[in-house]
Amino acid sequence: MIPSAFDYEAPRSLSEALSLLNSREDAKILAGGHSLLPAMKLRLAAPALLVDLSRIEGLSYVREAGERIHIGAMTTHAEVAASEVLKARCPLLAQTASHIGDVQVRNRGTIGGSLAHADPAADYPAAILALEAEIVVTGPKGERVISAAQFFTGLFTTAVAANEILTEVRVQATSGAGVAYKKFAHPASGFAVVGVAAVVKAAGGKIQSARIGITGVSEHAYRATAVENALAGKTARDIAAASEHAADGVDALSDTFASGDYRKHIACVYAKRALEAALK
Amino acid sequence: MAKKNGKANGHAFVGQRFKRKEDPRLIQGISHYADDLRLPGLLHCVFVRSPHAHAKISSIGTDAAKAAPGVVAVFTGNDVKDIGCVPCAGSLPGLKIPNHYVLARDRVRYVGEPVAVIAAETLYQARDAADLVEVDYEPLPAIVDMEKALAKGSPYVHDEFKTNLAFTHVMNTGDVAAAFKKADVVVNQRLVNQRLAPVSMEPRGVVAQYLPGEKALTVWSSTQIPHLLKTQMAVMLGVPETSVRVITPEVGGGFGSKLNVYGEEGVVPWLAIRLGRPVKWSETRRENIAATIHGRDQINDVELALKKDGTLLGMRCHVLADLGAYHQLLTPIIATLTGLMAPGCYKLPAFEFVVKGVFTNKMSTDAYRGAGRPEATYLIERMADIAARELKMDPVAFRRKNFPSPKEFPFATAAGLQYDSGNYQGTLAKATQIAGYDKLRARQKAGWKQGKYYGIGVSTYVEICALGPSSAMPAGGWESGTVRIEPTGKVTALTGASPHGQGQETSFAQLIADMLGITPADVNVVHGDTAAVPYGIGTFGSRATAVGGTALYVATEKLQDKMKKIAAHLLGARPDAIVIGGGRLTVKGSKKSLSFGEVVGAAYSAKSLPEGVEPGLEATHFFEPRNFTFPFGAHIVCVEVDRDTGAISLDRYVAVDDCGNVINPLLVEGQIHGGIVQGIAQALYEEVIYNEDGQLSTGTLMDYALPKAAGLPEFELERTCTPTPVNPMGVKGVGEAGTIGCTPAVVNAVCDALAPLGIRHIDMPLKPEKVWRAMQGGSQIGATAVLAAAEKKAGKASSRRRA
Repeated sequence: MIPSAFDYEAPRSLSEALSLLNSREDAKILAGGHSLLPAMKLRLAAPALLVDLSRIEGLSYVREAGERIHIGAMTTHAEVAASEVLKARCPLLAQTASHIGDVQVRNRGTIGGSLAHADPAADYPAAILALEAEIVVTGPKGERVISAAQFFTGLFTTAVAANEILTEVRVQATSGAGVAYKKFAHPASGFAVVGVAAVVKAAGGKIQSARIGITGVSEHAYRATAVENALAGKTARDIAAASEHAADGVDALSDTFASGDYRKHIACVYAKRALEAALK
Repeated sequence: MAKKNGKANGHAFVGQRFKRKEDPRLIQGISHYADDLRLPGLLHCVFVRSPHAHAKISSIGTDAAKAAPGVVAVFTGNDVKDIGCVPCAGSLPGLKIPNHYVLARDRVRYVGEPVAVIAAETLYQARDAADLVEVDYEPLPAIVDMEKALAKGSPYVHDEFKTNLAFTHVMNTGDVAAAFKKADVVVNQRLVNQRLAPVSMEPRGVVAQYLPGEKALTVWSSTQIPHLLKTQMAVMLGVPETSVRVITPEVGGGFGSKLNVYGEEGVVPWLAIRLGRPVKWSETRRENIAATIHGRDQINDVELALKKDGTLLGMRCHVLADLGAYHQLLTPIIATLTGLMAPGCYKLPAFEFVVKGVFTNKMSTDAYRGAGRPEATYLIERMADIAARELKMDPVAFRRKNFPSPKEFPFATAAGLQYDSGNYQGTLAKATQIAGYDKLRARQKAGWKQGKYYGIGVSTYVEICALGPSSAMPAGGWESGTVRIEPTGKVTALTGASPHGQGQETSFAQLIADMLGITPADVNVVHGDTAAVPYGIGTFGSRATAVGGTALYVATEKLQDKMKKIAAHLLGARPDAIVIGGGRLTVKGSKKSLSFGEVVGAAYSAKSLPEGVEPGLEATHFFEPRNFTFPFGAHIVCVEVDRDTGAISLDRYVAVDDCGNVINPLLVEGQIHGGIVQGIAQALYEEVIYNEDGQLSTGTLMDYALPKAAGLPEFELERTCTPTPVNPMGVKGVGEAGTIGCTPAVVNAVCDALAPLGIRHIDMPLKPEKVWRAMQGGSQIGATAVLAAAEKKAGKASSRRRA
């Protein structure tokens, strides 16, 4: 539980952080540190330099911007879970944050750190996909916006370039839609074996649209488009049959707790539960 | 005291829910664990451990590590040949005992086996240097599966034995063959009791300091057995025992894993002597899971012979016990304890128990909370349920049928033990009443109609505690107690037991305070320092109160007698006319009295002592129990199984335990709570998994699932009180009861819930996937079909039945 030696910098500005990040190879951004530091203690990661973002002002906020809500990258899970703005206008994100880890993890871990780390069993990715969020990254040439659909590219990999820092997450208010996050947690790690986030719009008993993000099952979170398509224009009675397609074509992960086949089965069960809860 | 609690007079503190004296310092973090110790010139050490389950060591290169910053020394197995082997205290006829070096020499035999040690100025430097030690391994085939290990052609863990069978131990009572011949029904089942990691909150830790002038070696170790460790350490290091002092700082739990002598406890003091500087080693959690002993790991093939009316006629039990690669202190005898308790709470005319101990390329198994008894209770209580279902009997009725009656105690068992006292009907009746058993059955039936799998699990247990008479113990089974009333009237109590979370600093103070008519605040209980406390055995096997507490009880009686003599002398009365209480010694029926302090003062000033009475107030007693004690109880668990996922939720937990008289109910309930939680954890979550290459797949707490408070129901606890005649206090012990009673109740509940699907047994841990797959094997049918299937299946069970 002793990491290799590393250097540590705590810059006061984003531009300083960017230049430090690009000053040497093996530099790594430190946000809440609740994934990176354990990995370093187990010597699974050994960055030469940690660039700590915690002293940069203005990276932690939840801000309304018309129909959108902007969340600073350094906003902790606890802050997201407790945000009155999010609870009122985008409750799925707050609900998802409340499922992450335990109190200590939620008090330290950040939304930007979690998304950039892209653990295949993290909770946020399911919600980020279902919300069709946008992720803002800042690099030497300024800001660029990545859509949720483009963001997760593989196991622990994202569309954030090595010289960029994730700075903001933007979500659309989900007024008028039902939302839910349902999680089948690993009994040891607390991570999602399967986590399903659903955003459902319905009117007059008809489902107008459903967006479903699923985490934990495969190398990165995905949209269950087969379920979404099967539900368009249908009713609550069709949820069970549609949910059977929640893991269609997915190459599932396997571990000592849950095999790939079982994960896929749980994805279907939890898709149904999330959709039903969202419609309630 | 032998009376039941509440009936005896004059107990101001015994029987009260007294808050723990230990807690303020622990809660505030102002006391010291081994890792908190800071000594001038302290060196830190790190062990280099094998990444292979089985390999030949071709060479070890230490030059780079030795040259690394801050490194003071690097040693390998060949450098420490003057340290003796890790001791094994268990002895069985024909037992094979391999050399167990403190650092591997030419072969490694499990993942995590230490091969080198580094001492450096800082922990970080030591850890960095560990990566620079170049060990050249030639991997060998790993022996992982017990049955394959015994098959012809298997490679050997220890070539010198030409077998992986370490021992075969047989117990036999009655005519087993005849019992099975005349049986109406025979049921059999193979039960796997999976390997567990104890995972005490504080891992192990050792700090050693050697003063060459004084030839004084002081070792602080997180252990349950300071005195036994002192003796074994002197033997391992070849130093006189008189120059070794072992101190247990705060010990953050052990669950049996620190009832041991580890190689690191030889290496760290050796380093301190060799390097002339104090040395510290603190185990990491990964080391703790890989290289601290594991528990359980048995395969039990059990067969019961029964009459149609449910009467038990006989039991056959064939056990494979996975010992791991080497023996630790008690490794080979754990499974023999399973044999001793396998008959459980039942009258059993014929009994056969055969256990084979098997070497594999894994960490050693040894004592983990219950140590062989949870395995026994699990096998007999699972079989009781399987038999009851086969006979279409209610599991409660089946158990009642086979209990000895309270009048039959002391009860001689099929395993050759004599159960001291018991009323098994009493605990079971109380548990069923609290649970509302009949209503629960009705609720279950109603649930089936809605497609709900609700299960009610019953387990009755008896366990062996207060270990124990010396004749049955490898290193003596007595305990020491010294009580010293200081000149100011404060009391120091020295116990050879070594509490590490149980709370005896509190309960022993309550006991002594009552006996001397003072308050617990005036009694300081000292333990875990071999220079301060007379030789003792330690805390394990639910023995500290029943054996160690009794030693203090008898020592305090001696002081009561002495104080009465002195008071009588000063007051002009007969000693037997003196009563002690309320801080005074009073002549019965008169107003003549002396304060406690006045009598203490007289004992120390020694100016007017009765003839033949020595000055001072100190007494020691070494208590040798004449038998074990046998606490018992009944646990009832209600579960619901999620039909879509196989996930299990606990609805209710009722436990009625009988541990005899109780000194502090708060501490007893704490033990029961913790025990139940660990029992649930074995049933549902925990499992040490080695893959087919002998790699540890559950090496961190991200994979190894410890129980969490969320998901546990309220525990509905009650007690009955059947004192033991074995000790004058009538106390039995409670440290392991919860773990022992719980696990089979949970598995029984789940199998009960799934009975409509024809599921008879699922091996632990009952992970959702395993349960769900078993449910798929049943059928994918609707609620009404489930009921129909249940009725159909009740007719044809999977075991063989005689006409």
